[in-house]
Amino acid sequence: MKQWKLKVGLGLAMAMAFAGSALAQIKIAYVDPLSGGGATIGEHGLKHLQFLVETINAKGGVIGGQKLEAVAYDNKGSPQESLVQVQKAIDAGVRFITQGNGSGAAIAISEFIAKYNERNPGKEVLYFNYAAVDPVLTNDKCNYAHFRWDANSDIKMAALTNFMKDKKDIKKVYIIGQDYSFGQSVRTAANAMLKEKRPDIQIVGDELHPLLKITDFSPYIAKIKASGADTVITGNWGNDMALLLKAAADAGLQVNWYTYYAGGAGAPTAIKQTGLDHRVYQISEWHTNVPAPEMEAFADAFLKKYGGSNHQGWWYLRMKNEMEMFAAALNKANSADPKKVAAALSDMKYKNALGAEVFMRPSDHSLFQDMYISSFGSGTKHDEEGTGWGWKTVGVIKAQDTVVPTTCKMTPF
Amino acid sequence: MLELIIFSTLNGVLYGMLLFLLASGLTLIFSMMGVLNFAHASFYMLGAYFGYQISRYVGYWPGLVLGPLLVGVIGALVERYGLRAVHKHGHVAELLFTFGLAFIIEELVQMIWGKVPVDYRVPDALNFPAFTLFATNYPAFRIFMLLMSVAVFIGLLLLLTRTRIGLVIRAALTHPAMVGALGHNVPLVFMLVFGVGCGLAALAGVIAGPALVTQPAMAASLGPILFVVVVVGGLGSLPGAFVASLLIGLVQTFAVALNVSLADVLGKVGITLTRDSFGGDLWMATVAQVAPIIPYLLLVLILIFRPKGLLGDRDT
Repeated sequence: MKQWKLKVGLGLAMAMAFAGSALAQIKIAYVDPLSGGGATIGEHGLKHLQFLVETINAKGGVIGGQKLEAVAYDNKGSPQESLVQVQKAIDAGVRFITQGNGSGAAIAISEFIAKYNERNPGKEVLYFNYAAVDPVLTNDKCNYAHFRWDANSDIKMAALTNFMKDKKDIKKVYIIGQDYSFGQSVRTAANAMLKEKRPDIQIVGDELHPLLKITDFSPYIAKIKASGADTVITGNWGNDMALLLKAAADAGLQVNWYTYYAGGAGAPTAIKQTGLDHRVYQISEWHTNVPAPEMEAFADAFLKKYGGSNHQGWWYLRMKNEMEMFAAALNKANSADPKKVAAALSDMKYKNALGAEVFMRPSDHSLFQDMYISSFGSGTKHDEEGTGWGWKTVGVIKAQDTVVPTTCKMTPF
Repeated sequence: MLELIIFSTLNGVLYGMLLFLLASGLTLIFSMMGVLNFAHASFYMLGAYFGYQISRYVGYWPGLVLGPLLVGVIGALVERYGLRAVHKHGHVAELLFTFGLAFIIEELVQMIWGKVPVDYRVPDALNFPAFTLFATNYPAFRIFMLLMSVAVFIGLLLLLTRTRIGLVIRAALTHPAMVGALGHNVPLVFMLVFGVGCGLAALAGVIAGPALVTQPAMAASLGPILFVVVVVGGLGSLPGAFVASLLIGLVQTFAVALNVSLADVLGKVGITLTRDSFGGDLWMATVAQVAPIIPYLLLVLILIFRPKGLLGDRDT
């Protein structure tokens, strides 16, 4: 009797071990902040990845039935910690890393992986970047193992300033950003481009504040108010965006906002509180009110499953592009060998969930896609965070028009 | 300009008073027991989370009373069964005990409430602009925060100077052995002071939680500033803690408003510096940009030039 139990037990254990390996064959490590000031968006990004993995696996997985698995690593938003976590992931046998929040961390990871690949030929690791947009990542510091699915910061600022060019009511602009590589590149680009396109605009403030450390932005809002600005440009993300808007709402600051990430956690709620109806603009590759039945259904399904009590919906079409193109590359290569996957991704053209063509540029591994400028306010089909307000398209920039030259020189593995 | 000065003063005083709620307990505990309580900011965090949890069931106001009471009791228990047991091994052991406690509390908070900020809202009754000046609103909740901390300050002052227990506490501050010899229960006084100190920190948490952000990092981000306040004010000096809290609150808030950099100052005397000069960003960084580290600069300067602190009477 005892022996029988043991045998059954062993058999079960073996079956489970087998099933386990069959279920989880290709791992992708998510290295982003899951604690600290970036945790709000880091956690929600992880839900994005999990939902994408579930969707791809439910459709039969990749390479004839293999499954994807997302593994989370908390980098606490810091570049140093990112490297510790990437090393941990590599030690656990992961060959594909994804990260997006923070160009500081992104540059560190990219350089680390470049070195790792150089020293470990045959054991390459790829880095999929879904949101870190410092231009150097695809220029001076580019690297063959790094792929980026978001438009770089200069492209976004060019689009925003082209839009601002025709807004005659803009007279005084205040630029505020986070004090690290990305915030600095936003401020530099904004200064240079506004000077060129609208020399009559006066820049009344140019400010950098510590990254993800500030819990009360009232002193900054008081300063913006005192400067007499009618428009604020910011690349802030995560808590820095939500809390900046929250402080603006508390003070009743009446200005136009040109942002990169006003769609993130808590920000829509804060905008509704400011009462600025269609005066907060965002540049992104997608928003919930871009008409596309397939994507709308997908976003609805996500909201239902992972929206939670805050009704936080889908943010990143770019991550959907990333994972679907990753799956397509695995299928095309018919192998999970990073070398072959990289080759398949390097010049991939893909029709995304909006039915639009996106393409990876082989010379620097940046993806080009249509970009949308939208404003947040009333009267939209889909709303954000249960506020009743949503994003409305006010301008579209075609993928071809976002192509900028690159100084990148990289060599394949 | 005037509006910037008025609002910076309001924000600075508010931040300063909040710091004082924490620093008062910390400095009392230090002067009485000689323990620099590293876990003090953790009790502030516990207060915010307790307040949040209670507010979800019965609203904000019961949380304002119950939160600090609960944390005060926890603080007293920590003193009675933790610190007192460690005390016989000396101050280093006590220091390490509170150091460890801070990490344990942070980890517990993360396990119970998660790593993401909780949605701790300003009560509806106070969710309106108190007044509008130069077309800028000042939220009523901030006025409430200010009034609460002023009330606590006055209460504490009266307690210490006008009551019998205050007399015993002040005596125990300087002559604990003598107070014991007079028949007072000094360990009980210690426990009470520790409990009340933690309760005050928790009160700060409950009133700051909705306005700032209630998250597991809130203790770690405020802790270091507290030590600056206590050292600058003078270890063990309550008036010192008050002056230093306001000073640091105002300095940090006004620093944000200043756009002057070293390059600007040196430019006035004919030395031109750019980002490419030796030293790079050091010259270009504005006061606003370095605002967060100014308190630590103050800490270093005070320790060099006036180790007793502004109003303290013993060496740090």
